[in-house]
Amino acid sequence: MTSRYSGLRVIKEALTGHKGWRPAWREPDPKPYYDIIIIGGGGHGLATAHYLAKIYGQSNVAVIEKGWIGGGNVGRNTTIIRSNYLLDGNEPFYEHSLKLWEGLEQDLNYNAMVSQRGIINLIHSDSQRDAYIRRGNAMRLNGADAEYLDEAAVRKEYPFLNFNDARFPIKGGLAQRRGGTVRHDAVAWGYARSADSQGVDILQNCEVTGFRIDGGVCKGVETSRGFIGAGKVGCAVAGNSGKLMSMAEMRLPIESHVLQAFVSEGLKPVLPGVITFGAGHFYVSQSDKGGLVFGGDIDGYNSYAQRGNLPVVEDVCESGMAIMPMIGRARLLRMWGGIMDMSMDGSPIIDRTHIDGLYFNGGWCYGGFKATPASGFAFAHLLALDEPHQTAKAYRFDRFATGHMIDEKGMGNQPNLH
Amino acid sequence: MLINHPLLGPRDSSEFIYLGDATLIDRPDPETASAQDWHDYAYLRDNPAGPHRELWFHEAGDRSWLVVTRNTVTHEITSVELARDVARSQGRSK
Repeated sequence: MTSRYSGLRVIKEALTGHKGWRPAWREPDPKPYYDIIIIGGGGHGLATAHYLAKIYGQSNVAVIEKGWIGGGNVGRNTTIIRSNYLLDGNEPFYEHSLKLWEGLEQDLNYNAMVSQRGIINLIHSDSQRDAYIRRGNAMRLNGADAEYLDEAAVRKEYPFLNFNDARFPIKGGLAQRRGGTVRHDAVAWGYARSADSQGVDILQNCEVTGFRIDGGVCKGVETSRGFIGAGKVGCAVAGNSGKLMSMAEMRLPIESHVLQAFVSEGLKPVLPGVITFGAGHFYVSQSDKGGLVFGGDIDGYNSYAQRGNLPVVEDVCESGMAIMPMIGRARLLRMWGGIMDMSMDGSPIIDRTHIDGLYFNGGWCYGGFKATPASGFAFAHLLALDEPHQTAKAYRFDRFATGHMIDEKGMGNQPNLH
Repeated sequence: MLINHPLLGPRDSSEFIYLGDATLIDRPDPETASAQDWHDYAYLRDNPAGPHRELWFHEAGDRSWLVVTRNTVTHEITSVELARDVARSQGRSK
C-alpha cells in the first residue's frame, strides 16, 4: 500500500537520505479475469479507475495501456482548465469537471499544481461582445463563474496586449477566474497512484490486439500479454478511437486529426493567466518553469502521426503576434503534435455501444484535458451502474441520428472546423 | 506536404482546403436511401491508420476537387486523381 505524501514526509525523507520513497504504483501481471477493464492508461482511463474504486466500490479493475501511462494526450496538451461553454449538454459537465479539479489534490493526496490563475477570452467586435455575454450568462445559470470585462479592465490586467490592432482591436473580454492550468503529467500519475492503492491493476506495455466478442457480448480483450477476460470493457483511447473500435467492427462519428502545441524558452513571469484570441485560434499561458505554452488550430487533415506541418506553425505564430507582439521576442523551444478524436459536432461521447459489455469514451476533440476528472467520473458511473451520469446524458452515440447534436460552434458535420 | 496535382504538378498543401473521406462521393440515392443510410453517409467514418482516400479542394489554384491517397501515419501521398474522373468511373452522372 502506498503511504501518504505530506510536507512532514518530505522533511523526514530529506533528513534520512530519501531512502523511504517507494514506487507510486505496482507493476502487476495480468489476472485472467477482471470485472472491468479500461483500455487506455491516459488521464481519462486512470481517472475512470480512480472513481470506479473510490465512488462506486469496484476494485477488481484493470487499466491496460499499450505504452507507458500518461504518454499520450495527457502529456501533450496545453494544460488549460475552464468551464466556459454555452450549451446545456456541455456546461454542467464541464462545471462538474472544474469542481473536481478544485478538490483534486486533496482527493488524490497528490500535488497536481492546480493553479486557478484565471482565463480570459478576448472580444474584438460588438457582435462578439453580445455572444460572449450570452455565453457568460449561460455559464452563470449553470453555477459557473463568468465576468465581462470592458476594454479598460482588460488593459489594466493585460497591458501588453495589442489593443489597437487595425483588423481585430481588443474591445473587452469574458473572464473566468476559476479557470487556470494544471501540471498535466501529475494528473495521470496522481490518478494512477490513487487507483493502484485501491487495488486497481495498471498494466503497462500491454497492447490490445482485438476484442473477444461472442454472440454480441464482449467477453474480454486479446492483448500482447495474452487474453484477459472481463465483465465489462471500457475504451478511453481518444485519438486512437477509430483504430481501436475498428477491431470491434465499429465505425464512429469521429476523424483523427493532429493538433500541435508549442513552448518558448523560459522567461520571467509575464502572463498572469490564460489568454485566448477571439478572432483567430490561439491560446497562451505561462508555465511555472517560465515557458510560454501556446497552441492554435488543428492541422486539418486526418492524421495518426504525432507531428504536424509547417503551415499551421506559421498560422499559430501569426495569431500570437497579432494579439501579443512581445511574443516575437521569445524563441520557440519545442513543438509537438498529438492526435485528437474530432467528432462530427465537436462534442464527446460517453456511452454504451451496441455490443453488450463494451463501453466507449472518446470524441474529445482538442478539449479533453480539462474534462479529465468529469469524464472519468461519468465513465465510472456508466460502467458501474449501466446508466449515464446526469452531467453526461447528452453524450450519446445516437444524437446524430435523433438530431440532438451539441455543436458549440455551429459548424455541422465537418470535424476539422470544430 | 506537397500534393502532386494531375494538371498543375506539385503544389503546396496550404493552397488546398480539406474536406474528408472520399466516400463522400458515394452519396446515397435520394429516391431509395433510408434515414439510416443518410446517417451513416453523413456522420460515420472508417478513419483508418494507414492509406486514406480523401477529398482536397484546390481553392487557391484551379479550384478543382482532387482525390488524394495519403498515409495518415506517415503523411506520404501515393496517388492524386481528379475527383471528377473518380466520380465518373464510379458511375456518377456527367
